[in-house]
Amino acid sequence: MTSRATRPHRLAAKDITLSRWRHGFKSRWGCQQNRGCADPADRGATNAVLGSTWACLRGADWAVSNPERASGPGATGEAVTALELLGIMWRIRFFEEEVPRLQRAGLARGLLHLSVGQEGVAAGTCAMLRRDDLLYTGHRGHGHAIAKGVPLRGLFAELMGRLDGVCRGLGGSMHIVDVEHGLMGATGVVGGNIPLAVGSAMTARLGAREQLTVVLFGDGAVQTGYFHESVNLAALWRLPLVFVCENNGFAEFTPRSAHTTVERVCDVVAPYGLARQTVDGSDVIAVREAFGVLAAAARGGEGPALLECLTYRLRGHYEGDAQKYRAAISQAEWRDRDPIARLRRRGVSEGWFTDEAAAVAEGAAKEAVDEAARLARESTAPPLELMERLVYAQLEPA
Amino acid sequence: MTYVKAVNAALAGAMRADPRVVVMGEDVAEGGPYTATAGLAEEFGRQRVIDTPISEATVCGVAIGAAQSGLRPVLEIMYIDFVALALDQLVNQAAKAHFMSGGQLRVPLVLRTQGGAGHRSGAQHSQSLESWLVHTPGLKVVMPARAVDAAGLLASAIADPNPVVVIEHKALYFRREDVPDPVEAVPLGVARTARNGRDVTIVAFSRLVYEALEAAEQLASEGIDAEVIDARTLVPFDLEAVLGSVSRTGRLVVAHEAVRQGGFGAEIASAVHEAAFDLLRAPVQRVGARFTPVPFSGPLEDAYVPGRAEICAAVRATLVS
Ligand SMILES: Cc1ncc(C[n+]2csc(CCOP(=O)(O)OP(=O)(O)O)c2C)c(N)n1
Ligand SMILES: [Mg+2]
Repeated sequence: MTSRATRPHRLAAKDITLSRWRHGFKSRWGCQQNRGCADPADRGATNAVLGSTWACLRGADWAVSNPERASGPGATGEAVTALELLGIMWRIRFFEEEVPRLQRAGLARGLLHLSVGQEGVAAGTCAMLRRDDLLYTGHRGHGHAIAKGVPLRGLFAELMGRLDGVCRGLGGSMHIVDVEHGLMGATGVVGGNIPLAVGSAMTARLGAREQLTVVLFGDGAVQTGYFHESVNLAALWRLPLVFVCENNGFAEFTPRSAHTTVERVCDVVAPYGLARQTVDGSDVIAVREAFGVLAAAARGGEGPALLECLTYRLRGHYEGDAQKYRAAISQAEWRDRDPIARLRRRGVSEGWFTDEAAAVAEGAAKEAVDEAARLARESTAPPLELMERLVYAQLEPA
Repeated sequence: MTYVKAVNAALAGAMRADPRVVVMGEDVAEGGPYTATAGLAEEFGRQRVIDTPISEATVCGVAIGAAQSGLRPVLEIMYIDFVALALDQLVNQAAKAHFMSGGQLRVPLVLRTQGGAGHRSGAQHSQSLESWLVHTPGLKVVMPARAVDAAGLLASAIADPNPVVVIEHKALYFRREDVPDPVEAVPLGVARTARNGRDVTIVAFSRLVYEALEAAEQLASEGIDAEVIDARTLVPFDLEAVLGSVSRTGRLVVAHEAVRQGGFGAEIASAVHEAAFDLLRAPVQRVGARFTPVPFSGPLEDAYVPGRAEICAAVRATLVS
């Protein structure tokens, strides 16, 4: 990301450019991220982000031994500028628009759930996290990964089942993990990620770390037992955890009203006493503000919170969904729901950035995505023996 | 010391040695129904001995998330029957996290539970369900028979970087035996010869090891010399030990308390057939429960649970041919 013509939105306390975000961190695996290491299991020492846990418990200063860890997108929780949010959303949008092209070319296969229209939630929450904050997502998680700083090339390569994928091609679109960037899991079993996040938050709590865990899920996941049991536990244990629900009104082809009598997800958790808020997920600034308040409180020991983002899924449930169950959105309505167009209009009118700067951000995002997709195609399929080797983790040498 | 006290000693030892080890489950701070966790809350505090609500599905996921992020949780599921609630997390998350993440994640989780019939507990508190677990790549499965193995295998399970399910047997909890203090780790995946013999090999695990030993004594009086192998770990399975024994005896009986149909005995029998058909002098015989739920009524339950008599009959069947 290049020049910033005007001072960005007032929340910007500290500038962290996207270029630093993208290139500034050296891999701790001793080999270039996602490039063939001699032993793939070596990558996994459940890495730096987690290796820190017990250093913390034993009182070692983790930030000293890992100076980069304290920074990253949104290191202060307030550091991402409006223009950067725009750039992040563009990256997500261009990424998601590239996926169907890869699918048509036969390069990306399987179940592909895109988040076009929901970028405001990803940018307004995930991009606000510290690098060592832990994130769990679900089946519609590409945008969350991008906003958390996961490299685009590794994501594309993962969708293509290639060795340079973030999971070496063994995960796929619904199972993106990048421990290095704090993305701890994604689930294809709806709701299955929610208890995992409770567990991560429990670890942080026991280690007396200032680490926040965030879990993203759809409105459909709210009807799982996992959601209710997890909210109960998180509230009971006052965990540093923010539940973020992307309420796009649909679970696959079925509207929320066919699954529950409770319209607002925030109302579901009311008896547990969680801090909670419902926001317009197409308004990334509103998401960022609401999330910032809830996240700071949860991080500060005030207990878990729920953020419900009302959002709109522009494309089908998955690629290939004919969407017979709903009418197409009108141009005018999309103009109003599109989080990118909205931020651009508002940013320019509020003087947070110029139209030219916005255009530059868009161009840079397009370039980054195109380059990543091109490089990902160069990666090869993982070797057959990899699947045998990764069934069980090996004991780490003492 | 009793089997359950050995489990307790192994837990306490692991918690003393490693601050990452936490114990979670229903009533664990109160010691649990069989006293397996008695005294731990007093020594280590309720931060590390964590009582959970009756939310097995979620709590299993919580333990997995905690394991992925740096803790070494030992989760107690009070009865293996309730593992059914936790299977989604165990199978879809814990077992696959390392694999699906391309080796990035590790799940050093121990799920302790107990199974088995004989206590008039009815069909929902008496099952032997290890077959559900051994079919899932990524899980390890342990079924100790002796107190020393209950402790030693648990110690190894806690040290292991993978999810390990340790299935204890409720009918063994109060058997007494010498156990070294401190507990000595017993490696996963190594079987133990419980009795040497020349004529037939009996492979068993958990409670049926004792039934096999008693059967061997009875058979000895008939002039049949049986070797008894305690498998101890089902995944990874020590096939070498079984093949070594079968190469001497040429006859094999596999015995477990679980329902025979689809049971782990079928896996052992077929692995031996594949690897050593020419060593066998008779078809492998399987001992397991009949294909019904565990009955409540005393006489019926006693008839249901396989034991010494069934093992003896199976051994004799291998000697006919
Ligand atoms: C446990 C489970 N049941 C069913 C499915 C099939 N499925 C995949 S996505 C989905 C809908 C999820 O809706 P929601 O949570 O609102 O997320 P969205 O797709 O709207 O982002 C369903 C039913 C699944 N993956 N997992
Ligand atoms: Mg939905």
